[in-house]
Amino acid sequence: MDPGADRTLSVRPQIGGIRDTFAPWEDATARPLVRFDHVSKAFGGVSAVDGVDVSIYEREFFALLGPSGCGKTTLMRLLAGFETPDAGRILLEGRDIQDDPPHRRPVHMMFQAYALFPHLNVAQNIAFGLKRQGLGKADSAARVEEMLALVRLEGLGRRRIDQLSGGQRQRVALARAIAPRPRILLLDEPMAALDKKLREETQFELMSLQQSLGMTFMIVTHDQDEAMVVADRIAVMREGRIVQVGRPAEIYEAPADRYVAGFIGDINLFEARVTHSENGRVKLASDEGLFEAEGAGPVGKTAWVAVRPEKITVLTERPADLDRDAPNVVRGEIHDYGYLGDWTTYMVRMASGRTLRAARANATRALDRPLGVGDAVWLAFQPTSAVVLTR
Amino acid sequence: MSGGRSRLAAILPLLWVAVFFAFPFALVAKLSLSDSVLAMPPYAPRIDWSQGFEGVRAFLAGLDGETYARLVKDRLYLDAYLSSLRLAATGTGLLLLIGYPIAYGIARCRPGVREALVMAVILPFWTSFLIRIYAWIAILKPAGVLNAALGALGLPPVDILNTETAVLLGLVYAYLPFMVLPLYAVLERQDESLIEAAQDLGATPLQAFWRVTLPISIPGAAAGALLCFIPMAGEFVIPDLMGGSETLMLGRVIWTEFFANRDWPAASAVAIVLLATLIVPILLFERQQSKVLK
Repeated sequence: MDPGADRTLSVRPQIGGIRDTFAPWEDATARPLVRFDHVSKAFGGVSAVDGVDVSIYEREFFALLGPSGCGKTTLMRLLAGFETPDAGRILLEGRDIQDDPPHRRPVHMMFQAYALFPHLNVAQNIAFGLKRQGLGKADSAARVEEMLALVRLEGLGRRRIDQLSGGQRQRVALARAIAPRPRILLLDEPMAALDKKLREETQFELMSLQQSLGMTFMIVTHDQDEAMVVADRIAVMREGRIVQVGRPAEIYEAPADRYVAGFIGDINLFEARVTHSENGRVKLASDEGLFEAEGAGPVGKTAWVAVRPEKITVLTERPADLDRDAPNVVRGEIHDYGYLGDWTTYMVRMASGRTLRAARANATRALDRPLGVGDAVWLAFQPTSAVVLTR
Repeated sequence: MSGGRSRLAAILPLLWVAVFFAFPFALVAKLSLSDSVLAMPPYAPRIDWSQGFEGVRAFLAGLDGETYARLVKDRLYLDAYLSSLRLAATGTGLLLLIGYPIAYGIARCRPGVREALVMAVILPFWTSFLIRIYAWIAILKPAGVLNAALGALGLPPVDILNTETAVLLGLVYAYLPFMVLPLYAVLERQDESLIEAAQDLGATPLQAFWRVTLPISIPGAAAGALLCFIPMAGEFVIPDLMGGSETLMLGRVIWTEFFANRDWPAASAVAIVLLATLIVPILLFERQQSKVLK
């Protein structure tokens, strides 16, 4: 199973019951804080953002996820005002902000390389936006102290930027962007420059910060684990379009198409012909076997059965209680495996020559694994564990 | 082995400095302490090597600071000195005002265009400096190109050749690349996202320039200013050719003392004083450079 998804499930209830009922996007009467209304933008004839239509709600932690070049950064820069849309409108609290230059938008951005002012010290960097808002000296100094405490940099106000570590710079950049209390904070790959351990810590800090401040965050990332951990909703982007928007679990368990399924976590796909579709259950058949999965599909047409590696059971013998034409059982041979400590991933080659991934939790400490390269195995999964994709 | 090699590597620059700076400097310093005489060479005392150690002692006893006392007493030297510093400072100020927008403009251009414009700034250097100064004389002289153009437009003629204005014009023209290039270097290197960050935090484009671009470019401005100020203070050719008789600058004073008055000690003393004055900005420049390199 995907480690990010695992953490999501264990952490989310802890953050508070409110979080689970927080779903303004399901409320038709809720007014979005930001609305991208069929926004498009091209650079030199190449489309970067193509008809994006999505709403972000107050207090939401919204993630734009996609590979580099998918248009997620352009979408963020459109909201910040550094780019102008070719078509469509961007509404902030219901108002079209097309004509507002960046310095008049109550939208602040945390830049990927932080863009801290090298000629100013930490406190002066944080105070930069406050000064522009016309905040008095005493108020500004108090807010700077408050921000330094918030990002745990107390006493470092007089430090020069080049005297800070990467993690400290990241927190100064964060403090500088939230100090003027923007309506929405934009984070452009905020953790890209941090090492893995610091990145994980920072993800949780960012979440609790967003919760305690009650601010709206929009994060741009290419790291699916990061998006899964921090976000209330994820928008998966591809070639300038949003392919799917949903809660992390929805994206993971009910991907809209093969692209989303493959981009978030690992996926096994079986291409098969739909033989039967009824009541949210689909039966399919192919040379690789018979399948049954959740969803709907056009009978007689091709569809794909998608199943995550951790939802596949690896068996050394064919279960005796199964009849011959039971669905969702395939035979194969282990041709490689990776021991990850908590999980072991098996690469199983089927008779068709295709390779499947199956993951098994290492629930015991047994050092002698019962399975090794060359062993014949049966892979099985429940119809409820698999989903049918038509795209 | 490697120790020997590194010592050898250190000796070469030391030798260079000794031959081309320390030795000539010692000669000039010695000259400035001598007295002017009507002879060949026109100064005394000289070392009488035939007397051996006695000769050296007699020579040292003959040195005095009389010439320096003359420099202080005679207003001419002080005036020339102050006038040099004033012209160099004014020139540097003008260069900053003219050079900054040029460097900023070039740095904001597309990469391909940028290099072409930098080339355009350097290009005049490929023709002889003297020819370019004579060209300016042809432009500025009473019946020159400038007045012809003014006359064609129905404007009254101007007579600026052989004035301080002409000298400043020449200085600014000749030293412009030395101001533009260091400024361009810092402005071109500046991260575009800093300006975006400033605007994002509520700064208007003008405020962003004032609060971010300008302070960050100060090292480049300082380097350019010192690079121009130091040689301009001792400039000889431009004031001599474009300044006429009324422009008093140290470079010309040194030349006059040396070649017209044959007063080698006075010329040397003026040169030493100029060098001593310029050591402060030179040291500042060195410090600035090492900071930039770090």
